[in-house]
Amino acid sequence: MTRWLIPLLIVGLVASAFASVLAGSVWLTPREALYALLPDQPDLAGLIVTQIRLPRVILSIAIGGILGLSGAVMQGLLRNPLAEPGLLGVSAGASLGAVIAIYYGFAASFTLAAPLFGLTGAFVTTGIAFLLARGGGTLSLILAGAAVSSIAGAGVSLALNLSPNPYAAYEIMTWLMGSLADRSWDHVRLAAPFILTGGAMLLFTGRALDALALGEAQAESLGIAVSRTRMLALIGTALGVGGATAVSGTIGFVGLIAPHLVRPLVAHRPGHVLVPAMLVGAVLVTLADIASRTLVFRGMPLNLGVFISLIGAPFFLWLVLHVRRRTA
Amino acid sequence: MSTLRFNGVSARRGERLVLDGISASIPSGHLAAVIGPNGAGKSTLLDIASGLKRPTQGSVEIGGVDLHRLGWRELARLRAYLPQRAGVDWPITVERVVALGLTPSLPAFGGVPASWLPAINEALQACDLLELRDRPATQLSGGELARAMLARAIVGNPALLIVDEPTAGLDPRHAIDAVQRLRGRADAGCTVLMAIHDLDLALACADSILAIRDGRLLAHGPIHEVVTEAVLTSLYEVPVRLLRDGDGMSVRFLKSGVHS
Repeated sequence: MTRWLIPLLIVGLVASAFASVLAGSVWLTPREALYALLPDQPDLAGLIVTQIRLPRVILSIAIGGILGLSGAVMQGLLRNPLAEPGLLGVSAGASLGAVIAIYYGFAASFTLAAPLFGLTGAFVTTGIAFLLARGGGTLSLILAGAAVSSIAGAGVSLALNLSPNPYAAYEIMTWLMGSLADRSWDHVRLAAPFILTGGAMLLFTGRALDALALGEAQAESLGIAVSRTRMLALIGTALGVGGATAVSGTIGFVGLIAPHLVRPLVAHRPGHVLVPAMLVGAVLVTLADIASRTLVFRGMPLNLGVFISLIGAPFFLWLVLHVRRRTA
Repeated sequence: MSTLRFNGVSARRGERLVLDGISASIPSGHLAAVIGPNGAGKSTLLDIASGLKRPTQGSVEIGGVDLHRLGWRELARLRAYLPQRAGVDWPITVERVVALGLTPSLPAFGGVPASWLPAINEALQACDLLELRDRPATQLSGGELARAMLARAIVGNPALLIVDEPTAGLDPRHAIDAVQRLRGRADAGCTVLMAIHDLDLALACADSILAIRDGRLLAHGPIHEVVTEAVLTSLYEVPVRLLRDGDGMSVRFLKSGVHS
């Protein structure tokens, strides 16, 4: 099973990515989509595929992948099944940054203002969390992350509270709900370098995470530089999830759930969870993005983040009950 | 060959002097017990002996080489360290937990090479774990977990084995079993250093003793030369009587001498 897991997930990812190219308010046949991929197709299908759907599919794969991967790294590093990428203040910081861009109207005059501010916010909050936790262990890192997250959350609430008009508040709310609608190649170009760099750093923690299953003291005695692993995980998450949240808004639960879905299939080894969790995250977000485009309630499309929360929260409940049964 | 030597080791935690000029040597093939009251500095001494902490003064040598000059991976292949109440956080099988002991010998990516499988089998067999090899480590009893952890420590065949409180939380039978397994490793040529509170077991199985109080070495040497009622009494600040009979030596603490 373990040997086939990664190939199977890759097949699933390719299939869902292809489905995502076909689905939407204009449905395409596989034939139309394939033709559209040929160079210089100026017709409508060609425009839809190359300018609208492809960047969106690439973003959903990259964002889902980095969320699943960093969730797996966080859970392995903290040896806690409830850990998730937002724990260190990355998501909250990115949200605050983007909200500032919207609140002060930068977003209205310049499309990439929200993602750029979001990136800055993510790095600033993680940097502060890291400075606060400097010299301490993993626990002080979690506490610092929680503190910084709450401060950023308070800033977002303040912006909503003081928003100059209902439209600004609405725009902030929409952004907070997480979405991939209207994202373009510019967004891909902005996020990709951060997501790829962060992802590469996170993948390098695998061996250390396996050894960390024995606790920090034993891992260190096995030649693992635990503080270096912590740095890699933290900076990788800040870059990757910061880049992802900056373009898509907050997407919860993927980082929490993806590792749990694959953990039993890799015999619970924390380092071996990383690649499958990354692929599952990518599949989840791609499928959820299709759903958010095609399911329309009373003329309102569901936002991606909302849809994932609707699916994710019950799963989380199931997880809590399941974990309790297994450890009881 | 792999003699462990402390040369005037001192350690500070903040302002406090935790270890004060410890000098001792443990020849290879010896099982040495570090004894002393809580907070005496036993765990710190073990951390320094394992190379995880640096002494503020002095040095630790293994086979004539300064431990803290070795690279991390080199050191990890040379010595194994088991902290107090070592455990596993995920339901990983016993066999895979044991394989984690080979981490310093593995490449950065990929699984355990087939050439290591005999070593894993040998460690499982040495610790009577062959039947438990597919059991998740989180489902083991205390005694079984202790054996799994020991197998994890010895799978790479270290020259130096350092164990903090091998008997903590174990019933008498499993405690005896745990210490006897360490005795077996020493007989096989490994230098073994353990911190232990169970004095009867230490006296029965160890070759030598390091008695530590307030960071100072109170006594060091072969058990029958060093362990006396006077030494143990001043070590624990409790009157002690040593009883000798056909089964060996045992320690009785006289509670009448304790003033609360």
